[in-house]
Amino acid sequence: MTQSRFSYLQAFPLFAIMLVFLVIPTVMIVAVSFWDYNAFSIIPDFIWDNYDFLLTSSVTWRAYGTTFFYALTSWALTLVIGFTAAYYMAFHLRTTKSQTICFLLATIPFLTSNIIRMISWIPLLGRNGLVNQALLSLGLIDNPLEFLLYSDFSVILAFVHLYTLFMVVPIFNSMMRIDRKLIEAAIDAGASPVQVLTQVIIPLSKSGITIGTIFVFTLVMGDFITVRLMSGGLSASVGVLIYNEITLLQYPAAAAGAVTLLLTVLMMLAILFRFANIREDL
Amino acid sequence: MNTTGKRPKSFYILSAFFALFILFLYGPTLTIGILSFQGPSGGLTFPMNGVSLHWYFKLFETQAVGDFGGSLTRSLLLALAVMVTTVVISLSAGMAFRKKFKGSGVLFYLTVVSLIIPSILISLGIGLLFNQAGVEPTWYGSAFGAHLTWTLPFGLLIMFAVFNRFDKSFEAAATDMCATPFQTLRFVVIPLILPSLVGVGLFGFTLSYDEFARTIMTSGSQNTLPLEIFGMTTNVTTPVLYALGTLTTLISFVAIVGTLLVLHLLKRRRSRIQAG
Repeated sequence: MTQSRFSYLQAFPLFAIMLVFLVIPTVMIVAVSFWDYNAFSIIPDFIWDNYDFLLTSSVTWRAYGTTFFYALTSWALTLVIGFTAAYYMAFHLRTTKSQTICFLLATIPFLTSNIIRMISWIPLLGRNGLVNQALLSLGLIDNPLEFLLYSDFSVILAFVHLYTLFMVVPIFNSMMRIDRKLIEAAIDAGASPVQVLTQVIIPLSKSGITIGTIFVFTLVMGDFITVRLMSGGLSASVGVLIYNEITLLQYPAAAAGAVTLLLTVLMMLAILFRFANIREDL
Repeated sequence: MNTTGKRPKSFYILSAFFALFILFLYGPTLTIGILSFQGPSGGLTFPMNGVSLHWYFKLFETQAVGDFGGSLTRSLLLALAVMVTTVVISLSAGMAFRKKFKGSGVLFYLTVVSLIIPSILISLGIGLLFNQAGVEPTWYGSAFGAHLTWTLPFGLLIMFAVFNRFDKSFEAAATDMCATPFQTLRFVVIPLILPSLVGVGLFGFTLSYDEFARTIMTSGSQNTLPLEIFGMTTNVTTPVLYALGTLTTLISFVAIVGTLLVLHLLKRRRSRIQAG
């Protein structure tokens, strides 16, 4: 057997799964987004009504506004927190052992259920939650704060809680590959700590930052569970709209929403991918 | 930045920041862990109204919270199947990508797209596909495929990272000693990358065990655990929810710690072999 035929054989299972469970379903969604539907079933057709309704509805535009607001705020917060945590681990911890331990500590929560991690905010932020009880007993407030739970605040808090790790890992990874001699050279040349940070470390961590950004953006853009649970159903993101249509069995409308979301995400990624070459950065 | 000598002041500030970050990550989960031991009359918040295992027993009474045992079994079986499949397919594809072959670029980008495409789209698409094909969606069929679209990209990216650092001279040496390609794989490549393969397995297991969005349209009439939990968040208002959360987190935790232990043993065995 020639070498390249052997490669095809090795790559085939991956290809087959991507074809059946990614490509064909995506084609299916695009097709169904042009179908007609009534209360009982979906009907193969070619109509623009789903898109027409979607794009002229103020609900859609508001949902996109909310979604971009969540995505941008979560991105800024996860970037600042994630960068700082990664910087600490990469440059202030001296032994590989302490780095590994801190890295594992930060990674383990990511491996447990997102939904559980969301619910676990309820006893802290609720009307009778720990935060309110503490503030009340300290006499800092007279009435429980209502904005803590089921609000934009709790949605973004949950996003930061769930996704900061997606910033930490790639940024830490690119920081670990910075040649330490560059930093010494910068210090020898008289750079202040701030200059070392902004002119050496940040530019050299760029690909990690970009990969983290790609993750956080796409995860928040496509999310529907976090927004639904943490806003108590009060906010609607694009994902929530699609999810609601699914539960109402309005599949063609949901499909049109999903195609529009996909195009939006792909456009944003096309911009972001200009900043990083994923395959070489591993 | 300096490797010896006195710590700069920024070290202490950043240490405090990192400690707060870890507290932020673990704090809420620990809170529900504590609250899950509420007494029978306890509620969803502090103060604790006695201490008991009441809500854990409640969990196993089927009529109270739905089919917890069944959904847990399904999720564990599915996660095991996804884990094994992810390891095998990622390894195989990772090997393929070491050589240039026609279409490798397309396959690579397809896999990356699979990682960053919104989960709800995959879920909806697979659900619709099975519906239209007249095949009943099941947790072991359509949901299994849906989970693989999430675990395989992670597996492949890890394999890339592994093979980028892999010393090819070991394989060359094996071939020089007349090992067949299969023998080279079995006795040289796999033992060398075993820790990473265990890592891929861990990722596959926990990602599948916790996956909600890609399961919602694809699991058919029988719930997996995350779907069960999601259902409970909308209609259960007792600490039984916290008991379930704590128990499933513990299962994840045992899987993770167990895997890390295996990795540690592998590493020790390897250094012993190298030493002696």
